[in-house]
Amino acid sequence: MSSIFEEASSYLLSPSGIAVPELEIQLNNALVPGVDYVDLYFQRVYSEGWVLEDGQVKDGSYSISGGVGVRVISEDKTGFSYSDDISLGAIKKASAAAGTIATHLNGSSTVGVKPLVSTQVSPLYGQLNPLDSMSRQEKIALLTRVDQAVKRADSRVIESTVSLVGNWQSVLVAASDGTLAADIRPMVRLNVSVILQQGERRERGSCGGGARATYGYFSEEVAVGYAHEAVRMAQVNLDAVDAPAGVMTVVLGPGWPGVLLHEAVGHGLEGDFNRKGSSAFSGKVGQQVASPLCTVVDDGTLKDRRGSLSIDDEGVATQNTMLIEKGVLVGYMQDKLNGRLMGAASTGNGRRESYASLPMPRMTNTYMLPGQDEPSDIIASVKKGLYAVNFAGGQVDITSGKFVFSASEAYLIEDGKVTRSVKGATLIGNGPEAMKHISAVGHDLGLDRGVGVCGKNGQSIPVGVGQPTLKIDELTVGGTA
Amino acid sequence: MNVDRELEQLNQCIDSALKEADRLGATQAEVAGSCGEGLSVSVRNADVDTVEFIKNHGFAITVYKKSSKQGEAGLAKGSASTSDLSKVAIHRAVAAALDIAHYTAEDKHAGLASPELMCSNLLDLDLYHPWRVESDEAISIALSCEEAGLAYHESIEKSDGVSVNSSVGVRYYGNSHGFRAEGKGSRHSVGCGMIATSPSGMERSHWFSSSRLYTELENSVDVGRKAAERAFNRLGGKKVKTCEVPVLYSAEVAGSLIGHLIGAISGGNLYRKSTFLLDALHTQVMSPVVSVFERPRLLQGSASAGFDGDGLATYDKNIVTDGVLQSYILGTYSGRRMGMASTANAGGVRNLRASHSGQDFETLLQEMGTGLLVTHLMGQGVNTVTGDYSRGAEGFWIENGEIQFPVKEVTIAGNLADIFKNIVAIGTDTDARGNVQVGSILVESMKVAGA
Repeated sequence: MSSIFEEASSYLLSPSGIAVPELEIQLNNALVPGVDYVDLYFQRVYSEGWVLEDGQVKDGSYSISGGVGVRVISEDKTGFSYSDDISLGAIKKASAAAGTIATHLNGSSTVGVKPLVSTQVSPLYGQLNPLDSMSRQEKIALLTRVDQAVKRADSRVIESTVSLVGNWQSVLVAASDGTLAADIRPMVRLNVSVILQQGERRERGSCGGGARATYGYFSEEVAVGYAHEAVRMAQVNLDAVDAPAGVMTVVLGPGWPGVLLHEAVGHGLEGDFNRKGSSAFSGKVGQQVASPLCTVVDDGTLKDRRGSLSIDDEGVATQNTMLIEKGVLVGYMQDKLNGRLMGAASTGNGRRESYASLPMPRMTNTYMLPGQDEPSDIIASVKKGLYAVNFAGGQVDITSGKFVFSASEAYLIEDGKVTRSVKGATLIGNGPEAMKHISAVGHDLGLDRGVGVCGKNGQSIPVGVGQPTLKIDELTVGGTA
Repeated sequence: MNVDRELEQLNQCIDSALKEADRLGATQAEVAGSCGEGLSVSVRNADVDTVEFIKNHGFAITVYKKSSKQGEAGLAKGSASTSDLSKVAIHRAVAAALDIAHYTAEDKHAGLASPELMCSNLLDLDLYHPWRVESDEAISIALSCEEAGLAYHESIEKSDGVSVNSSVGVRYYGNSHGFRAEGKGSRHSVGCGMIATSPSGMERSHWFSSSRLYTELENSVDVGRKAAERAFNRLGGKKVKTCEVPVLYSAEVAGSLIGHLIGAISGGNLYRKSTFLLDALHTQVMSPVVSVFERPRLLQGSASAGFDGDGLATYDKNIVTDGVLQSYILGTYSGRRMGMASTANAGGVRNLRASHSGQDFETLLQEMGTGLLVTHLMGQGVNTVTGDYSRGAEGFWIENGEIQFPVKEVTIAGNLADIFKNIVAIGTDTDARGNVQVGSILVESMKVAGA
C-alpha cells in the first residue's frame, strides 16, 4: 500500500472503523445478478476562503464536506445513491438504493468482485494541506499586499476585491473490477478584481491564478503580477471603442484563449456524447476534422496544474491523450462506462464534482501543440481583423457544434498592425468549421494561469486550457460597430 | 423523508450551535440548516439510463464578534459550514467560524438585522406537496415523454435524454435574537432533450415543466412533443447578413433581460459600483411599457419564501413601474452599505412578474414586421459594470410578420441601458415556469452580427 493510500484511508475509512476487506464484502453484496460493475467513492474536502474589500479582510469562511457515493452499473444503466455519513450502515443503505437499478434489468449475468489491488501512481502534486501552509495573519497580509499593489498601480482605482481560496481533499475509490486507489488533492486560487473610473466611465479588470499546490505558490512576484494585470486590463478597457460586427479574421493570443479549444472541440470529444451519437464529432474518428496545423491533446499529467489529477475519480491514472493529430480525429476522452461500451479503454478522464454526483468523461488540461509560425508574422498577415487575448468564458452546443466565447480584452488589427482596443464581444462559430479555418499556428504555446472551471450537467470541476497564437480565417464577431 | 423529524433535528442542531457560539464569546450568531431528499431518473433509447437517489444536508453558521482591536466600532465576521450534522462536527464549525472572526476586520455594517425586523407573520405558503413516486412510475413517465418526442417527426431520430425528478426539502433559520423560522417545500419536474437530424447536421432542443405539485406538471407527452418541435424547427438554419433590426425575445428567453435588470440593481453590485444603473433609483431605467414586480409569497409559487436569508419577512414590491425604478434589491448588509433599509431580498428575488402591453405573440410578430425572433441564447456576454451586451442567438428571420427561415450562429448586441429603454412591447404569452415570468419582449433595434 502506498503512503498516499494509507493517509487517505486514515481520513476516510479509519474514523468509521472500516477496513479494506470490508469494502470487498460491500462490493460483493452490491454485485447482484445482472449487475456488472460497482464502485464506492469516498471523499472529504476541507476548504476555506478569505475576501478583501475596501482595503480590509472582512469575510472568511471554512467548510468541511464529505461522504460516500455508491454506483451500480449494468450494461449502459446506472443506479446511484450517496450519503454524507461515511459508515458501513450508510454504505449498505446507499447500495440497496442504487441497486434498485437491478429491478430494471433483463440479464442475469453473474460476475464476481476481483481482488482489490492498490493502484500505484507517482503523485503529480504534493500532499500538504494548503490551509495549514500559511498562518491566518500571513493570508491576510498577502491579500493586503495585493490590494496595495492594485492601488499603487493606478489612482483611478475605485474598487478592489481580492480573494484567496484553498481546498484540500482526500478521495478513495474501491471498485468491483479490482480498483483500489486513493489521492490527496490540494488546490489554491488567488483572484483580483478592480474597477477603474475615469470621468463617468467605469471599467472592470480582473486576473487570477492557481495550482494544485500550497499557498506558497503565490510568491510576491506572482501575487503582485495578478494585481498589475487586473489593473492593466481595466486600463485597456477604459480606452476601448465599440467592437466590430460581422465575419472577419480573428487572431487569438496564447494561453487562456484556449477556451476556444475547450468549447469548439473538447466537449464534443467526450466519450459519453459520442457513445450516444449526440456530438457533432460522433463517428468521425480517422477523419480530417481540423486544419492539418492542429494537434490537440488532453493531458492530465502536468505537474501541479489545476486540471491535473494523479488518478481520476474512477481510480484510473490520468494520461496524455491525443485527440486530434495534424487535423485528424484520433480518439475520444473516456471514462470506464463509456470506454467499455465503445470498445475502448478509459483514458483517465472519469471525473465527478463530488461523492454526491456521477462520474462522466471530462477534460483535464486541454491544449493545442505549438506550430511553426512567428506570432508577430501571424498578426502582420491580417489586413483587417480582431486580435483577442483574454476571454470571460464560453459555451457549446455539442450536437450542432455551435460555440460562443466572450472576449474580455481584444484589439483591432488594421493593415497588419494591432491598433485600438475594443469592447468585449461574443465570438460565435461552429466547432468543426472553425477548426478547419485555422490557417496559422504560432510556436508560443502558453497555458492558462489556473482559474478554469468547467460545467457539465450541473457539475463544476477545475480544468486547464492552453494554445499558441493562432489565426482563424473566418469567425463571426458580435460587436455593435 | 420524515419532514417533522428532519425539522426537529435541524432545530436541535441550531440550538446547539447558537449555544456553543454564545459560550465561545460570539456577540451575535445566525445559523441556516437544510435537508433535501429526492429521486431522479433518466431514460434514453426507450430504456432506463440512470436512477439516482439524492439526500443532502447543509449547515452554515455565521458569527459576529466585537474584537479588542483598535479601529472603527463594528463587528468582525466569520462563517463555517459542514455537511456532517453530528454535535461534534457542528461545534467544530462554530469554533472555526469564531476563529476566523478573531482575524477578520471589524465592519460597522456587519451583524444581524434589528430584532424588531424579524419575520413575525410566517404564513403557510402551501409549498409542500410530496409525490412519493417510485422509480418504476417515474421511468414510465419519462418513457412516454421520449416516445411522444420521437413520434413527432421522422427527423427526430433520437432523444438527448429525458429526466423526471422529484424532491422535497426543509430549511431552518435561527439567530441569537432568539428568532426561529422554518420552511418546507417540494419540487417536481420533467425535462426532455430531443435531437433532430438532417443531411446538413444535427440540432437539439429542450423543454421542461416544473411545479410544486406533480399534478400541475405539464403532460409528459406534451413536454416531449415541444422539445421535438423546437429541435425540428432549428434544422436548416442559416446566418443572416450583419444588420440592425428589431429583435423579439420569445417568452422562454425574455426572462433573461429581467434577470440582467435585477443583477444591475442588486446591493452587492451597487455598493461595489459594479453596475451601469448606479444612482438610478426613481429614474427612468426602462421603457414606459415595462413594469416589474416581486410577489414572494405566492401560494405554491416556484420561488416563494416567507422569510429571507436574514430572517426578514418577505413582502410584495414594485421594482419598476412604467419604466421608473422603484426599488433596489437589498439584503441587510448591502442595505446598510447603501444607507438604506433591507428590501428583504437576502438570498435573491422571489417570483418576479412583468406587465404586458396587451399583444399576443402573433400581433408582436406583425408589429415587428421585419426582424429577428430569438428562441435560444448562448454564452455569458453581459458586462454589468458597463451594460455592454453581446450574446449568441438563434431563432427565425421574420418578414411581414411571418416566419421565413431558421437563423443560426448570429450574435445580438447593444448596451442594456439602451435595450431596456427600447422595449416597445411585452406579449401576453407569459412563460409561467420559472422564477421570472414574462411574455415575449420586443426590442426596437439591436445589432445582429452574422455573415
